[in-house]
Amino acid sequence: MTDITEVPSPFCGIGTDDLTIRVEGTTLKVLENGCAVNTPLFEQAVTDTQPRVNGKQVSLAEAVAAAAALLKDTHLPVIGGCATDVNGMRGLLALADRTGAVVDNINFTGARNNFLALQDSGWMNTTLAEVKNRCDLLVVVGTDLEAFAPRFFERYIWNPESMFVADTSLRTVVYLGKAPSGVASTSSIGKKAQVLPCATEDLPEVVAVLRALVKGQPIRATTVCGIAVADLLALAEQLKAARYGVVTWAAGALAYPQAELTVQTLSEMIKDINDKNTRCSGLPLAGKEGDQTANQVCGWTTGYPARTRFSRGYPEYDPFLNDSKQLIADGEADALVWVHAFNTNATPPVTDLPTIVVGRSGMNFSKEPDVFIPVGTPGIDHAGHAYRMDNVVAIRLKKLRDAGLPSTADVLNAIEQAL
Amino acid sequence: MLIKLTGAKVYDPASGIDGQQQDIYIQDGRIIDKPSGDFLVDKDYDLRGKVVMSGAIDMHTHIGGGKGNIARTLLPEDHRQDPVHRSDICRSGCGHAMPSTFVTGYRYAEMGYTAGFEPAVLPINARQAHMEMADIPILDKGGYVMLGSDDYLLRMLTAKKDQKAINDYVAWTMHSAKAIGVKVVNPGGINAFKFNQRKLDLDEQNVHYGVTPRDILQVLATAVKELGVSHPLHVHGCNLGVPGNMQTTLDTIQGIGGLPMHLTHIQFHSYGTEGDFKFSSGAAQIAEAVNKNKNITIDVGQILFGQTVTASGDNMRQHANHKHASPNKWVTMDIECDAGCGVVPFKYKDQNFVNALQWAIGLETFLLVDDPWRIFLTTDHPNGAPFTSYPHLIRLLMDRTFRNDVLATIHPEAQKMTTLASIDREYSLQEIAIMTRAGAAKLIGLKDRGGLSAGNWADITVYTDNSDRQKMFEKPDYVFKDGQLVVVDGKVVSTKWGTTHVVRPDFDPSVEKGLKDYFDRYLTMKLGNFKISDDEITEDGRGSITVHPLQGKQV
Repeated sequence: MTDITEVPSPFCGIGTDDLTIRVEGTTLKVLENGCAVNTPLFEQAVTDTQPRVNGKQVSLAEAVAAAAALLKDTHLPVIGGCATDVNGMRGLLALADRTGAVVDNINFTGARNNFLALQDSGWMNTTLAEVKNRCDLLVVVGTDLEAFAPRFFERYIWNPESMFVADTSLRTVVYLGKAPSGVASTSSIGKKAQVLPCATEDLPEVVAVLRALVKGQPIRATTVCGIAVADLLALAEQLKAARYGVVTWAAGALAYPQAELTVQTLSEMIKDINDKNTRCSGLPLAGKEGDQTANQVCGWTTGYPARTRFSRGYPEYDPFLNDSKQLIADGEADALVWVHAFNTNATPPVTDLPTIVVGRSGMNFSKEPDVFIPVGTPGIDHAGHAYRMDNVVAIRLKKLRDAGLPSTADVLNAIEQAL
Repeated sequence: MLIKLTGAKVYDPASGIDGQQQDIYIQDGRIIDKPSGDFLVDKDYDLRGKVVMSGAIDMHTHIGGGKGNIARTLLPEDHRQDPVHRSDICRSGCGHAMPSTFVTGYRYAEMGYTAGFEPAVLPINARQAHMEMADIPILDKGGYVMLGSDDYLLRMLTAKKDQKAINDYVAWTMHSAKAIGVKVVNPGGINAFKFNQRKLDLDEQNVHYGVTPRDILQVLATAVKELGVSHPLHVHGCNLGVPGNMQTTLDTIQGIGGLPMHLTHIQFHSYGTEGDFKFSSGAAQIAEAVNKNKNITIDVGQILFGQTVTASGDNMRQHANHKHASPNKWVTMDIECDAGCGVVPFKYKDQNFVNALQWAIGLETFLLVDDPWRIFLTTDHPNGAPFTSYPHLIRLLMDRTFRNDVLATIHPEAQKMTTLASIDREYSLQEIAIMTRAGAAKLIGLKDRGGLSAGNWADITVYTDNSDRQKMFEKPDYVFKDGQLVVVDGKVVSTKWGTTHVVRPDFDPSVEKGLKDYFDRYLTMKLGNFKISDDEITEDGRGSITVHPLQGKQV
């Protein structure tokens, strides 16, 4: 039995790295600093350690050979999930390059709201330590932040000490759109978040009016989607008066068509505020289960985010046409490789295509894949690297136990070699 | 395997060889003396008439780290114009302004380069810088870690910590980030931007800390020297791009009081305010100051016309320059109480007065600085131009007729504002070899690189002499990396992995006490998780670390 301290999490996206975890054999127990997101994902038991081909247990070498045989003569395999560590993504991209595959991260459709805004007009963003030390106004747009990352407020807003905010319990938190599901956004002295509620799909209109108010444009209406314009005006004034305002959103939570325009309006509003003699920054929430990692590694390897195809022998990015679900549904794909080393619930789409799953031990399938190779989880079964939500910081994941599971990189490299 | 390169004209400034015909022997990755007695050559290359230099070293190129990946993500339309197919030997990727990592390695090697150094490694982003560089094949690499806008250092200065404490912090950071040098970018300015300051002159105080850029330069340059780090403090000065910043640069040179200092992409810091457009060349004054002050080295940061993207730690200046973004999209970030970054696409145009004069200012600087050991050939890739434009730049330096032909095509008012046409100097092959090889290795403090004498690693480039220097330098006949033939006729024929160059100055381990307390209270990562271990570079079986010696005695 060993207690391991300062354990970083690849699951929550906010870079918690202060967990204490007890290891007994292959069983993990989070002793300190767990949360509703991290604890179950750390504590989940190892079940399968043996690969299967057509439902029958085989050796790793046999499974790798079977996977290679399935991929050998494909024309457009898709590699979905893409949820692993940096080395796993390196192996995945090498395999995609060799097989002419489409690479598509499981969270890309959400992340696309950010990428389209970024690639059209850019943004001014910040990172978690800046929030912790500088933020005096946090505006949360369309996202239940504490459900997304249960320890966000504890770590980055109600931190007892801050270099440049005298009393963090006086920080102002405003929710726009979705109201918080709990009380994490209430400060230690009972200061509650202000909520300007509206339906999520009404955010485009609300955010557009907010930006107009920031710019000093006259608004004739007195309410917009149930929010008093006077309240939005007050928020606009708060943003301009804050020394270091931060606007945060989870791109995936903005689940309506053309939500990239909401991200763009917010990002352009932030730029406007920075031209009004104060500072303001965006803080896109992400980083769960390797999504940021997938986009970063795909970014430096191909130039593009992780919805990219190699079918013509070179990378081509298309945030719509390379949607793996669509390619499978339209019958364009002819094989599926599903890679998810973090979450056993993240199972592949059910399809008649030849399917290879490189997944976290314990994955259950409604339809047994042709090949299933259980792999270790980065940060539990092997060391590795994962990106936090704020994109800049890669965390060094630790190996906590030895359950005899290979890493994603081991498996994908072996398949590529076998080709 | 014993390889012999027979009969080439060798340009090896490190050994004072200037075009003499010599044979070179290679064994086990290194250059060796001619074996004594009888020996069998396994592979003999007849290079009579060819030009041989050591592999080129780019001492300032943005090839690893977050801002480069933001630049990539920002510009899919740029990549689409330069897709790179996979081959039996090479991975696919993209090229042009900010190439993918694999393509970066291939294209550098195909120009005869065998090493590149990332000049802006944020301590908190150092992992990413090394991971990206780990995916750059063939090249050796290394990084200069960025300090000077980090709140920890500014707190130390406000608290009047002594130089010894600062040295310990600098050395600790170099270890943690696996660096070979230290860089400062807009000293204190990135930090001041977080307090809403929009400019910071050399003697202007940070509103929160009361510290000036001059203070920061002084303590960091002193730390680098006292720690025995070979590469002088690498300085991206105040007021980048601001007309009149020539005076800031001259003051910075004077202010450092004789300490070793490298002023990077000095072209962007050499502007006067003369003329109808209140924008003029300060190259002559800057070159005069560089010639006079032997403690100063520079690289140019030449701009060349066309589309590129600027990626800098200097978010204060990048924010100010965003109105020039082309296409009109840009990113700035404040980063982790550590630093920042700004990414702004640029299209430098020869018919734009300012751009045309920037081009001329860079070339004036190259031609007016006397000592090729103290000036380095860079475009500040990708900020002035992509690194793939180096052969063109070399031709501009070596061929006065060609240079004047191009000069005659740029914005007419810019032609009137430059002395370029009156400068006769043409760089020699030996001077090019100094700037891009021997001088760079010496400046960075690389042991056994940048030279062709026995004992050096066999990083070797073979060119066919050609009066069209662009053609000559863009397509070497052969490139050897650590003795392995990697390029033939300007195309990669095999790949390998280079090493990561670092230095490890000593520090008092008690420095971690204060740091641990600071990390626990204010940062978002545990101190133990912040430090990059050697394993992280080497565990995949491809990477390696090469530790270089320190200079002199530690104080």
